[in-house]
Amino acid sequence: MSGRERAREEIVRILGEHRDQIAAAWIEAQESRLASAGAVNADELREEVDTIIAGLYEGLAATMPLDRVVTGFAPLRNAVTDFSHRWARLGVSATAIAGAIFALKDACVRVLADGIPDPELRLEATELVHRLLDGAGLLTFQTYVDSREEIIQRQNRQLLEISTPVVRLWHRVLAVPLIGTLDSARAQIVMESLLQAIQDNEAAVAIIDITGVPTVDTAVAQHLMQTVAATRLMGADCILSGIRPQIAQMIARLGIDLSEIITRSSLADALTAAIRMVGDTPAQDARDESTLLNVS
Amino acid sequence: MNSSEIPILRLGKVLLAGLSNELDDKTALRFADELSHQVSAIGAEAVVLDITKLEIIDSFAARILVEIATMARLLGARVVLAGMRYPVAITLVELGLDLPGVETALSVEHAMDKLAPPGGSRVG
Amino acid sequence: MSDRKLVKNGQVCSLPIRAEDDLLTARHAVRAAALQAGFGLVGQTKLITAASELVRNCYVHGGGGDLVIEHLSPPPRAGLRLTISDDGPGITDPAKALVDGFSTGPGLGHGLGGAKRLVHEFHLETEPGKGTTVVITRWAG
Ligand SMILES: Nc1ncnc2c1ncn2[C@@H]1O[C@H](COP(=O)(O)OP(=O)(O)OP(=O)(O)O)[C@@H](O)[C@H]1O
Ligand SMILES: [Mg+2]
Repeated sequence: MSGRERAREEIVRILGEHRDQIAAAWIEAQESRLASAGAVNADELREEVDTIIAGLYEGLAATMPLDRVVTGFAPLRNAVTDFSHRWARLGVSATAIAGAIFALKDACVRVLADGIPDPELRLEATELVHRLLDGAGLLTFQTYVDSREEIIQRQNRQLLEISTPVVRLWHRVLAVPLIGTLDSARAQIVMESLLQAIQDNEAAVAIIDITGVPTVDTAVAQHLMQTVAATRLMGADCILSGIRPQIAQMIARLGIDLSEIITRSSLADALTAAIRMVGDTPAQDARDESTLLNVS
Repeated sequence: MNSSEIPILRLGKVLLAGLSNELDDKTALRFADELSHQVSAIGAEAVVLDITKLEIIDSFAARILVEIATMARLLGARVVLAGMRYPVAITLVELGLDLPGVETALSVEHAMDKLAPPGGSRVG
Repeated sequence: MSDRKLVKNGQVCSLPIRAEDDLLTARHAVRAAALQAGFGLVGQTKLITAASELVRNCYVHGGGGDLVIEHLSPPPRAGLRLTISDDGPGITDPAKALVDGFSTGPGLGHGLGGAKRLVHEFHLETEPGKGTTVVITRWAG
């Protein structure tokens, strides 16, 4: 058995026998750090650290390559990401969260020092604990960044819903005139509210007017194309109006065939086209208007 | 008739099938089978699939729908998918399955209008 | 339950996945959990569809396994985490399996990549000969 494997076994043994001691040492360190914030109490800390230590213990006891224990062993990864999610929500900073995980290293190493008499084995075990918990610390950081982004997006969502009104321009013709920068989150909202409006109104044509949109990025262009595709699936048609050359380029760069999409230079032109498409002109004419429908 | 069976209604040369809120794999496969028989038996010109109630279309169901459309076309019939809910449409597009070659309509009514010859009487 | 309280993640249920019947049960369970967690219509549909893809993969490619549904409920937001695992043959090239159009069967090969796009967090862990575990998370809203 290699030194590393023996070290791993020793850590498992010590985590099993001394988990209370490790938890207590960690809590003591955390309380002094977080007491001022008053965000977390001792019972809660205890529950958190117990879950993480249990995850470490089970992950190390399982037959799994060492470098996969943190990210690959679900109970441990979940314990660490949950920890990060919760603390982030309590307003604890990303570095403080990672710091709390790193502090677990000290707590473990102190107990290891007492529990492993052989200096070489002790060194090996200490290194191993460092590697594991460094990985866990990084994971909290990544999780923090992800969850922050999500919270911000969510807050923006409500604002966005107000700023992207879907209007009825004509019998069975809807339009969303978009003004201002279109980011991915807003594009998503536009897509959802427009499609819902199509369903609720049994609208045959939806116009997305982007005259007032200065620029789009790849993600937004993608959303627009998805909206067009979803509209078609619902049985309605979508007209994009007011596409600037720069935006046309972006769409073309995505490899999307613009000939598949009905476009008009202005909202007025789009409305004229839409009226003809829903009007009492024969269905055949509407189809000529619409390059989207490839009706046999 | 099994309760999970999909009712198929014949309206002249049009077959109208009403799917319920859920489409399981076995029912889907049996339905595709049954439908192809009926299309060829009556020489149907069109098939309208009413999916107004259908709440989930995953890649399996999508594949069956595309297969039905292809099969019907080979037998000389058009297939119109009517009434897809908007969350289903969004999800399908995100899955990367936009059902190429399948005609769509907002509702069964619209599907029938679409199938009606211009200015003439309704099919069925 | 005060806002301050660190809410523990509550495990709702664990379902065995062996055959197609379990797929329906799984979808129903995910729908029920999504409703309970306050998911909107679009969020619900996306999550159930993702679950449907992964559960089907689990019994078609993975020889069966189970689905665990967990509520993530610390205020101010709620979410669901689904863990779908099997101890089947595993995926030799996970990166390739995630690409749309890649399938070792008759499928369209959009299941895995599609499921990933339908959720907020996606984690695939697989080892040839050992099995496959997919963990997905979607936040309500
Ligand atoms: N749980 C699993 N165990 C083993 N292999 C899997 C598993 N899940 C996916 N795979 C492999 O990954 C490939 C891609 O999966 P994906 O779900 O994207 O496509 P598919 O299941 O073949 O088709 P479909 O579009 O119908 O889902 C599969 O063909 C299979 O080889
Ligand atoms: Mg699949």
